[in-house]
Amino acid sequence: MSQTRTIKVDTLARVEGEGSLYVRFSGSHVSEVKLRIPEPPRLFEGILEGRSYEELPDIVARICGICPIAHQMSAINAVEQAFGVAVHPSIRALRRLFYCGEWIESHALHIYLLHAPDYLGYEDAILLARDHKARVEAGLKLKKIGNDLMALLGGREIHPVSACVGGFYKVPTAADLRKMRGPLEEALDLAVETARFVAGFEIPDFEQPYEFVALRHQTEYAINDGRVVSSKGLDIAVDQYLDHFVERQVSHSHALHSSIRGRGSYLVGPLARFHLNFDRLPDSVRGLANELGMTPECCNPFKGIIIRALETVFACEECLRLIDEYEPPPAPRVEVHPRAAVGQGCTEAPRGLLYHRYELDENGIIRTARIIPPTAQSLKRMEEDLYFLVGKMAALPTPELTHRCEQAIRNYDPCISCATHYLQVTVERE
Amino acid sequence: MKSENGHGPSNHKPKIAIFKLASCDGCQLTLLDAEEALLDVLGAVEIAWFPEATPRVLKPPYDLGLVEGSITTHHDAEYIHQVRKQCRVLIALGACATAGGIQALRNFKDLGATLRKVYTTPGSISALKMSTPIADHVPVDFELRGCPISKAQLLEVLGAFLAGRKPNIPTGAVCTDCKRRGNTCVLVAQGTPCIGPVTQAGCGAICPAWGRGCYGCFGPMESANTASLRDRLVELGQSEADIARTFRRFNAWTWPFREISEKAERGAGETRS
Repeated sequence: MSQTRTIKVDTLARVEGEGSLYVRFSGSHVSEVKLRIPEPPRLFEGILEGRSYEELPDIVARICGICPIAHQMSAINAVEQAFGVAVHPSIRALRRLFYCGEWIESHALHIYLLHAPDYLGYEDAILLARDHKARVEAGLKLKKIGNDLMALLGGREIHPVSACVGGFYKVPTAADLRKMRGPLEEALDLAVETARFVAGFEIPDFEQPYEFVALRHQTEYAINDGRVVSSKGLDIAVDQYLDHFVERQVSHSHALHSSIRGRGSYLVGPLARFHLNFDRLPDSVRGLANELGMTPECCNPFKGIIIRALETVFACEECLRLIDEYEPPPAPRVEVHPRAAVGQGCTEAPRGLLYHRYELDENGIIRTARIIPPTAQSLKRMEEDLYFLVGKMAALPTPELTHRCEQAIRNYDPCISCATHYLQVTVERE
Repeated sequence: MKSENGHGPSNHKPKIAIFKLASCDGCQLTLLDAEEALLDVLGAVEIAWFPEATPRVLKPPYDLGLVEGSITTHHDAEYIHQVRKQCRVLIALGACATAGGIQALRNFKDLGATLRKVYTTPGSISALKMSTPIADHVPVDFELRGCPISKAQLLEVLGAFLAGRKPNIPTGAVCTDCKRRGNTCVLVAQGTPCIGPVTQAGCGAICPAWGRGCYGCFGPMESANTASLRDRLVELGQSEADIARTFRRFNAWTWPFREISEKAERGAGETRS
């Protein structure tokens, strides 16, 4: 008879939003895993009904303080698809630049303040900074440069005010953007240092046969557009999303769980993008990845921190390229003519695929809204990671195992506010 | 925020707790976004409860509690009383905590219908009919406005707390910031609807600087003349429905904004009938 043990952590820390986790097992047999998300629902889909498409980017930003640009971009793509709006290539480039700022900020935040302490044996980044002050300061500097870019283009980094359907309220001059060149060159160096730093971490041995899902673009490392593809052969246009993915309400959570119709859970985010779009990364980033021993076959979620760092390197390089090639568009935004239609938009939030769908009337008023954030898509897969992790590492003493479970959740950089939700860890052995 | 808080002479580092209720995380992120000051701030205080940054938990009482988010569940309506008892000084951070936030739009709708739109079996969802600010439930020592709050104002409030003085947070209109910034008035010069004249300053007048009207992130200023602004918006061609939407955003449940949006909604109803 295996010993019955209970591990309980009431509030999972170092995640965005709060929640709880419950695992019950006996020996290496896991009988139950529940990721509880009792964080208050904020009901955005209901709030959005009756609102105008013009207000939409401002309202959806408030779903999440960490990734407001991701929500703005998915929403804007959806409305532009509905109304048949085509934007100038310079607007498209500015949106990509804006979004890269959010990737840099969000990835640096997660790597340094939320995730690195797990690998180095510190309770938090405050204690980490006592022993590695220069390293944490470099991480904060990197984060700040991402924020500064967002503020330059959007007025402020949290809930920026510049993006609208058709373009931007105001666009920068080429000289405005060139001011960011110096800081971004510094950010690129900091990001490369970061990648080398995290690649030296001790990584638990744990691999999973994920089905990876991400956007894929013809030529670019996809951020703002592309087709939805998977490592098991899915290849669909964004407007076929709901034909292939289903959401289900589960009793223990205020987040809905997603799965691929007929198959089950899937993985979005850095690992998925790296796997599916490795060939779209510039030679420099692929070279660095090779040097650090990272290949697109990676299916160890504990290596996500290294991929986040590589994506940060990519984002910095991409910003520099976009700034060098920038020519202001003829107008900050094109004219928009509302019509009764349905539109869908998918973009790559820092945490993965973010889907928005709107049904609009002839005046541009939203009739129905549907939002499927990456963290909601990952919840089922997070529970499965815990199931296999606890099964594999059941011999570990309780405190270590609990820590591994928390770290495994942080691998996902869960944005619980996005998924509307609360996290708390309980591991029970029977 | 009184001077007799006793931090000055002693070596005792004030214990700070940061709580999150229904919100987007953006206001506590504002603290983490104060990158250059962050390690200094964290060094000057003892973090007693801040799950987003650390699993460390120190026992109450706390010298200062910062609350992000509004009250939307039975659990949080009870929990906030416990938080109040634990914190000598309690500060509400941001539009959710000071005004109910964007989720207070449910206060104008049938909650059941809203829940059914998001969840197939809404019975298992614990939600109150209304989203309400912290001060509706417990006494609050200071309310810092904004959606999101301003980083500079947050550092000012924390600095004031540490020094035992009153925070210096201006309560005038966005128009003041707009003039200081040298913006052209979008309302007068371009005829763009803007609620800056009735909205509290603090954001730095970024929307007018981007050529668009203020949409009220910092909530109503003191003695806001909403009636006069309303007349101006009507002259600019805004319908009653437009006006209702304009004031129903992130601070919709605060009285001056609520009053004008409810009046506009009644007006829109009469126009239709």
